[in-house]
Amino acid sequence: MSAKLILSMDGLVLKEIPLTKERTTIGRKPHNDIQIDNLAISGEHSVIVTILNDSFLEDLNSTNGTYVNGQPIKKHFLQNNDVIELGKYKLKYLNETPTQTTAADFEKTMVLRPDLMKKTAEQTAAKTASPSDTQVGMKALDTHANMAKPAPAAVPAAPQQAVMGAIQVLTGANAGKELELTKNLTTLGKPGVQVAVITRRPHGYFITHVEGANFPVVNGVALDAHPHELKDHDVIELAGVKMEFFIKG
Amino acid sequence: MDLSQALQMVSRSDAGMVRSHNEDAVFTNAAMGLAILADGMGGYNAGEVASGMATTLLGSELEKAFQKTAPHQVDAAGKLHSHAVLEAEIARANTAIYQAAQSQPQYAGMGTTLVMVAFYDNMMTVAHIGDSRLYRLRGEEFQAITRDHSLLQEQIDSGMITAEEARHSQNKNLVTRALGVDPTVEPEIRDYDTMPGDVYLLCSDGLNDMVEDEEIALTLQALSANLDLAATQLIQTANDSGGRDNVSVVLVRIAREYPAARSWWARLLQWFK
Repeated sequence: MSAKLILSMDGLVLKEIPLTKERTTIGRKPHNDIQIDNLAISGEHSVIVTILNDSFLEDLNSTNGTYVNGQPIKKHFLQNNDVIELGKYKLKYLNETPTQTTAADFEKTMVLRPDLMKKTAEQTAAKTASPSDTQVGMKALDTHANMAKPAPAAVPAAPQQAVMGAIQVLTGANAGKELELTKNLTTLGKPGVQVAVITRRPHGYFITHVEGANFPVVNGVALDAHPHELKDHDVIELAGVKMEFFIKG
Repeated sequence: MDLSQALQMVSRSDAGMVRSHNEDAVFTNAAMGLAILADGMGGYNAGEVASGMATTLLGSELEKAFQKTAPHQVDAAGKLHSHAVLEAEIARANTAIYQAAQSQPQYAGMGTTLVMVAFYDNMMTVAHIGDSRLYRLRGEEFQAITRDHSLLQEQIDSGMITAEEARHSQNKNLVTRALGVDPTVEPEIRDYDTMPGDVYLLCSDGLNDMVEDEEIALTLQALSANLDLAATQLIQTANDSGGRDNVSVVLVRIAREYPAARSWWARLLQWFK
């Protein structure tokens, strides 16, 4: 599952090149790993350095420059679907992010052993590496991939906040003031006296008591220590001030 | 010396939203001023065996060692007792985990990260291995105290990538040091002063990979009056953002000063200050 480049010109795919070496050179001269025989390309145009799963593109002071997604670059950390342009040629960088199940496995912390790392570098330098060589520095993935995983449904759906909540102060000196709850955490009240926090979560807004002898009151009922989900037009009483929670469009 | 009046500690550990079991382990003892967090790795249940061994062994051995001799004492060679004990006990825990991994095939290759703090005499000694972190909130300023032993941190240090680019790296999970994977290990051990009001956060990468530092800082600033809630909130934020890894936090707030009890005249002097 190593990264690769798709070489194309005028929308015509010419070649697919796996990034298996630590250094992949691109240029007009024949000794380059990717030779592009065109006068717009410098002899040694640019190089891609690959370290395990990450690749870096560097321009080697080429005459006509190296572009990524339309921008000229000196050095660039390649991301999946980046398009590298050299003259009329395009190189699309593909580094498939692992799918949902393997993503979890992939994030498992692993030890990178310096001795193995050195060996990898030596191997890549000594001979043309096979795709798996880039993985040698890591411990083998364990076999959890095959184990039953909790259904992906357990992962909350896109954390996009469909609704925007706000607070309007009803009594006291700040009566009439409105506060949009754009942050994930908004604290209300007087520090040292009574404080509550409103948290914005993927599935709604929750109010929780933070400090003080008195607990916040919602619609006339005092809360306990647990978070309480706020509904449109709930009235909150806190440190002697009444306020209304409401959903803005 | 009982530090539980000066140090407030809470800990939480959660499997997250994706993983079926929790390979993190935490240990706290506010009275002794000890906080330990480990993030285990290795097949099947081996990760939790490694992290559990690390926290249990270090917790109990440090309690014993500091009860016998206070951590602020200096030995003949001018070395702080805390440093001597930490070095010795981390080496012992390393050997224990390494040998278990060598002798039991089901534990082969297991290891763990480690971040631990010993509080004493208005200061702290921090030891860490791998990518579990210690952060400090002092006033408005929130910063990482430890520097990960990871491929990514090495790339950032060498200028190869920026901290911003690091967020998109696919090499996030590669640590360059771990407890129990080699016959010897080199922990990073450092001393720092503490101040009343400081809030310290020990966490596994399940928190700092899922939640931005600014968000963590905001949570600690807003909820430092209620550490229990702050810890719950941090775990919840990590899980709301996907919770792809186990997530563990230990929060420590310095409620007041805790100078070490020295001789009677030093105590008298302290009293007159």
